[in-house]
This record gives sequence, C-alpha cells and structure tokens, in this order.
Amino acid sequence: MTVNAPANPAPQKAAPAGASSRTRSERKLGWMLCAPAVIAMLLVTAYPIVYAVILSLQDVDLRFPDEGGFVGLSNYTAVLSSDLWWTDFFNTVLIMVISVAIELVLGMAIALVMYRAIFGRGVVRTSVLIPYGIITVVAAFAWQFAFSPETGFVNNLPLIPDEKDWFGGRFSSFAVIIMAEVWKTTPFMALLLLAGLVTIDSQLYEAARVDGATAWQRFTRITLPLMKPAILVALLFRTLDAFRVFDTIFIMTRGALDTESVSILGYNQLISRLNLGLGSAVSVLIFLCVFLIAFIFVRGFGTKLEEGRPGG
Amino acid sequence: MERSSRDYVLWTIAITLVVIFALIPVLWLISISLKPPEALTDQRFIPSEVSFDNYKSLFEGGIDDSPFIKPLINSIGIALITTAISIVLASFCAYAIARLDFPGKRVILAGALAIAMFPPISTVGPLFDMWRTLGLYDTWLGLIIPYLTFSLPLAIYVLVAFFREIPWELEQAAQVDGATPFQAFTKVIVPLAAPGVFTAAILVFIFCWNDFLFAISLTSSDASRTVPAALAFFTGESSFTAPTGSIAAAAVVVTVPIIIFVLIFQRRIVAGLTAGAVKG
Repeated sequence: MTVNAPANPAPQKAAPAGASSRTRSERKLGWMLCAPAVIAMLLVTAYPIVYAVILSLQDVDLRFPDEGGFVGLSNYTAVLSSDLWWTDFFNTVLIMVISVAIELVLGMAIALVMYRAIFGRGVVRTSVLIPYGIITVVAAFAWQFAFSPETGFVNNLPLIPDEKDWFGGRFSSFAVIIMAEVWKTTPFMALLLLAGLVTIDSQLYEAARVDGATAWQRFTRITLPLMKPAILVALLFRTLDAFRVFDTIFIMTRGALDTESVSILGYNQLISRLNLGLGSAVSVLIFLCVFLIAFIFVRGFGTKLEEGRPGG
Repeated sequence: MERSSRDYVLWTIAITLVVIFALIPVLWLISISLKPPEALTDQRFIPSEVSFDNYKSLFEGGIDDSPFIKPLINSIGIALITTAISIVLASFCAYAIARLDFPGKRVILAGALAIAMFPPISTVGPLFDMWRTLGLYDTWLGLIIPYLTFSLPLAIYVLVAFFREIPWELEQAAQVDGATPFQAFTKVIVPLAAPGVFTAAILVFIFCWNDFLFAISLTSSDASRTVPAALAFFTGESSFTAPTGSIAAAAVVVTVPIIIFVLIFQRRIVAGLTAGAVKG
C-alpha cells in the first residue's frame, strides 16, 4: 500500500459514538450507492404502470385526439367482454403450459446429460449455449423458413406430408411457435436445473445403488425431491417469461388465424391502432396476470423458492 | 462401475442429439443465406450452389441506402451504451448490498426481482405516449432508458452473487492501511470483481441485443431501429420478391459474432446465468 497511515493517529472518540457514526456513514454510503440503480429501475416501471392505470380509465385514442375523458372501467369491461381477449388469453396459457412442460422434461434430460456424461460435457454445454446467444427474432425466422412449404426442408423429411401448410392452420402454427420457443429457452432451463443437480451429495446415489435401487428409482426418489427448489425457481421464471410470449408469434404469424397472444393484443391496440385507453387496459390486465402467477408460486412454494435461488 | 461399450454408444447418441438440436436452425440459416434466389425453394438442407449475393445486397448502397447498416450501428451502439451504464449503476448497488450493512437492502433485492418479472408490454403504452411528448420517440435514448431498467435486475443479481465471493478481509486490510472506503472499492475490490463484472456485461449486452418489443414500439425509422426490428420490416428487392434471402444473411451476420463470443466466454456465461437466474 502506498497510502501512508498518519504516524500518530488521532485518538479514537468514545467507542459507542464512533461506532454509531460509522454505522450511520455506512448506511448513508449504502443508500447513495443504490440510489441511481433504484431510480433507474423505478423510472420505467413504477411510474409507467401508474400512468397505464390512469390511461386505462380514459378514452384515449390518438387518432381522435379531441375526444377523451374519464370513462371509468368501461375499457376493462370492453376488453373482458370481448371474445378476442379470451381467445388470446387461452392461446397464451396454452403456449405457456405446453412449452414450459416440454422445456422442463427436455431441460432435465439435457442437465442430466451435462452432469453425468462420461465424455463430451464441454461439447454439450457449448452447443446448449448457442440458442441462448441467438436473437429470438432470428430463431423465429429460422424455424419459419424451415417449416415454410416453399423454402423449408421440414416437409421433405420422412413421415411429414410434403404439402403440409404449417402456418395455414391455428394449431399447426402453435406447434411451430412452441417448437421455436422451446428451442430458444430450454438451455436456460437446463443450466438452472444443472445448478440444482450439482448440489446433490453423490454419496446418496452410492448408498442407493448399494441398496439395489434402479436408475429410475434413484432419479424419482433422490434427484427429483432434492431438486424441488431448483425446479420451482426455473419453472417460475420460465412461466412468467412464457406468458409474455411476443417475438416468435409476431414474426411467424403476426397473430393471424387466431394465434395472437395477449402481448400481441396489447401491442396491436397500443401501437398499431393507437388506442391508448383500450391498450392500457390490456396492459394492466397482463400485469395483473403476471402478478397473480408470481403470487401463486411464491405463496405456494415460498420457502422452497428461497432455497432454490442460487445467487440470492 | 465399469464403462461398457454400450454406455459409450448411448452417451454418444444422447450428445449427438443435443448438438443437432442446438445447431439445426443456425446451419439452416447459413444454408438459406448462401442459396441464390432461384434455388431458394429447392428445399435442400445443404445448398447445391453457393452465392454471396444476399450478403452483398445487405451492404449495397452504403450507409444511406443499405437496409441493414444503420440498424446494425444502432443495435451495437445502443447495446454498448446501455451495458456500460447498467454495469456502473449495478456495480455500485451490488457492492453496497454485498458489503455494507444498511436497512432496505432486502427491499432493493426484492424490488429488482419484481422488475425482472415485470411484463414489458405493460410499460409500452405509457412509454410510447411519454416519449412522444418528451421527444424521445425514435431516438437512441428512448431505447436505452427502458433497456437500462430491465437489465439492471439481471446485472445486480449476477454482481451480488460474484461480489459475495470476494474475500472481504482484503478490503478491511486496505482500510486499515488508510484507504478510504471509496479507495478500498476502486483499488482492491474492482480488480477482484472484474471477472464478475465482465460476465454481467456479457449478459446485459445479450439482453439488449435480443430485445424486440421496445425496438418495434418505440422506433419508427432507421434513426434508432435496431436489427431485430429492422428484420421484421425487411422488404424484398422488389415488391414481388420475398426478402427471405436477405433476412437469412442479416440473421447470420448478427448471429455468428455472438455465437463466437458466447463460445469463448461460455464458462463465465454459465456461471452468470445460474447466479443471476432472473432472465432467460
């Protein structure tokens, strides 16, 4: 250290006073260091969500700027009584449940491969990170081109009808959308599950093996119960993320043929139709849905989630 | 346990499946981008002839007429600026949370977690309206601000996890030697924290690079439109040709560097993703 301590340090003040001023300065420093980040985080979340609530109670249509005014909850009743919202809500939940379920199974399989492989772990980890690094929009285009009847190679594969028009029907579109979502986000799931997997004491497996447990029994009786916290954390984040599905659907179908998600509905109302009142009502409803999902997870598995947070 | 040759066969199959699963879309994009227009519909996975016309068309006309150069500059610029600001703010915050004792830090961590779960679409309408009033619509700053907000939780969680691993005594030792808390931070902790900071920076950059919702909602022209948004609005050479080839080429241009980057720093990214664990 080049900083020279004073040769004769000033005598310490009375201990309690010194300690409390130290605590006070530490407290002040802590708040000062956190303030910029906290302000930046609140700037685009707290204020806009309040503003969204205000907008949702008004008749704001930027195409007709002269009209407007407070309309109470009529935007909400308009949204909630429309078939479109419920269709989109169904679509969103369907995509969310199926893709998260597939990701969990696939992610677990990949995590086990990464953990237990007797060789080639590096190769697996490397290739698993590729989907993570790719822009969601790019991945959506790649799968769209692959499944398109004109340019794609998928229809040339065995067992798949040559003339199948994947984007010509609602549920075949969902199949491709879910496939793209699963491809893009399974790596994240696998890495979170792997983090839970490595914390399991390998002696448990040895003991079970000595007792004659089969591989399947070891998985269901040891791995799954001990990984519950990690699984719940991974499920929570992926479920919330999947509920916000937007990019893939926008690129693949733009919501045609009843394939819209709630986020696409919000975007269409807000940006395409410039109806800020109705659009904000949709936004607030989406916010409430996300809040509800998070609440259910935290209420249902609160302490388990706490254990499962690797960093927290 | 003995490793039988059957084990090797099974593992080889499992690993091959994972690798194929991960690589197919990328190889497919490269394949399409290299196909000349007349071969685009041949449905072959491996192109029969190779042409670089799609790549040339991306950069044709220089910065003013090319549909791709400006969005690329916007993407890189916006992502770099956001990453720099986000990492500075998150480092201060994470340092305070990991090292100092003050009331409210649990609230900050919980708040950051809540923002990581926040649906961005819920802020798009208000931001669109506010940005138009404030003149931030279709500007770099108009995208940097929301990216900053939504990347901070990720950065804070990754950094707190890394900072907690740093040997605490060294900082005290520096303070005993007469360094101020700020000096102890910049001279001792920062060098030790650099790997964690770098990891957080990679993750934040990828997050900004990937965003699509804000990019199409808060921009209207090449002045600030980023690559994902520009790709969605790509048009063909004429109104009768589909832009498939140029989209594929542009996709390859923005994907390959990131993949190389991710592969070089894979260990750090894996560590960061599991430490942060707030964003997919």
